[in-house]
Amino acid sequence: MGNFRYFTDGLLRQNPTFVLVLGACPTLAVTTSAINGIGMGAATTFVLMFSNLFISLLKNLIPDKVRIAAFIVIIASFVTIVDLVMKAYTPGVYASLGIFIPLIVVNCIILGRAEAFAQKSSVIPSLLDGIGMGIGFTLAITTLGSIREILGNGSIFDIKLVSENASTILLFILPPGAFLTYGYLIAIFNAIKSKSNI
Amino acid sequence: MAKKLESTLRNMILSLLFIGVGMSAALAYVYILTKEPIEATAKKAEIDAIKQVLPSFDNDPTKDSKTEENLTFYFAKKGSENVGCAVKTYTSKGFSGTFWLMVGFKPDGSIHNIMVLEQKETPGLGDKMKTQWKNQFNEKNPSQFKMKVKKDGGEVDAITASTITSRAFCDAVQRAYDAYMKIQKP
Amino acid sequence: MELLKIIILALIVNNVVLAQFLGICPFLGVSNKVSTSIGMGGAVIFVMALANLVTYLLYNFLLVPLHIEFMQTITFIFIIAFLVQIVEIILKKSAPALYQALGIYLPLITTNCAVLGIAILAIQKDYNLIYSVIYSSSTAVGFTLALILIAGIREQMELSNIPKGMKGFPISLVTAGLLSLAFMGFSGMV
Repeated sequence: MGNFRYFTDGLLRQNPTFVLVLGACPTLAVTTSAINGIGMGAATTFVLMFSNLFISLLKNLIPDKVRIAAFIVIIASFVTIVDLVMKAYTPGVYASLGIFIPLIVVNCIILGRAEAFAQKSSVIPSLLDGIGMGIGFTLAITTLGSIREILGNGSIFDIKLVSENASTILLFILPPGAFLTYGYLIAIFNAIKSKSNI
Repeated sequence: MAKKLESTLRNMILSLLFIGVGMSAALAYVYILTKEPIEATAKKAEIDAIKQVLPSFDNDPTKDSKTEENLTFYFAKKGSENVGCAVKTYTSKGFSGTFWLMVGFKPDGSIHNIMVLEQKETPGLGDKMKTQWKNQFNEKNPSQFKMKVKKDGGEVDAITASTITSRAFCDAVQRAYDAYMKIQKP
Repeated sequence: MELLKIIILALIVNNVVLAQFLGICPFLGVSNKVSTSIGMGGAVIFVMALANLVTYLLYNFLLVPLHIEFMQTITFIFIIAFLVQIVEIILKKSAPALYQALGIYLPLITTNCAVLGIAILAIQKDYNLIYSVIYSSSTAVGFTLALILIAGIREQMELSNIPKGMKGFPISLVTAGLLSLAFMGFSGMV
């Protein structure tokens, strides 16, 4: 039961997107549709899980002074693996996420968790932390993607909610919409949190 | 718990070397593993696009293709009859840079269908070119059909608020048509 | 002419922060004051141009001949981390004044996704060496521009009364959204 907390922390109390505000670049850039959010979330979760796992396994083998370099090599390798696998098996999602797949390397969530958690913790908590954070991130960006897709394109998961010719609030799919939606979502999250004291 | 390695020069180099070599080996393995599926996916996408833009055929056009000046021509046959040619074409005049189209021409030079392969045009505006909008080109022969938006004196209805994308689209199709005519009459 | 188009596109129309969403972390993190934004911007311009030069050479003369393009990500990020470190050491020794000004921002640049992002984009766009360096430096100037703009607005906002839930990140994001809307107005230019 004790270990389970490491998993739930990432979902709410320490949600990487809404509370820690880490990894804002992919959060804003790829959330033009709900499906993109899920794709990006899954890729990031995979990398986060394995980098946390490996870093906590190898933590005693990595001298302090070169730890950042070592973490980056480990993270970049898993990102490349995700890149190759997605290119092979999910070409559609791969094409729409584009350059943001290699950029998972510099997603602050991953290096942040390595530095703040995995290098000090044992294997199981690190793995759970990685999965929890990853799922928290996925849920958050899927929410963002759904809102933008519904308002901006009148559809959800590519299922049209309004007729083909209806005009939608295009702004939400364009870059400004990303900033506005994300800003207001954090504000709502803050408000709920301060009321319910979680 | 084992003691953490100290930051001596020897330890640092050994540790980085160990991680670097280990990770590179893992990467090389995954690369070899995914190399074939990646090529297969790319080829399947190509064939799917050709099927979309041409009437039914039964040969493998990716084997009967040639590339000239960045355009790729895929020749489709049904039995021994020539059913048309799919041209992978591009334009660099798009609103957000280059985009790629697959245009299917029948043997007489008229357009059967067009498919958008890769584009980064504005969602909701320029990327409407993927919808029914492009169907206005179907069955038209560029030798009679003036491949320009109406604003420029042509016959193409531009996408509302996306004239640049519409112009670029015409540019790409025209490029494909010109090149196709050129290789037909050597 | 082509060159001018690249510069304007990179600087304003496709602004790296407001239209391409690269480098959001430092954009939100260090944009409290105009003076720190200028420091960060300077460091980014320097590292981005240099990183682009090195990654371009490395990609075309090492990765391509060896057919290991898939190692791109890992090589590039390592080069950037390495360069940042080297720049830090050189600056410390040879230009202490500049180091004082940029010092604390340098380590942050490794995780600035704009640097890695632009290095990868320049390769994808198939620019030659000169275009690639010009593209990356004007992008970096665009980054600095966005950073200074938002820092100026945030300095003013310190004084205004904002609802509690909106304080901090939310209001900065909304401001960035409005700025991004304003920048979209330039898109008809090129």
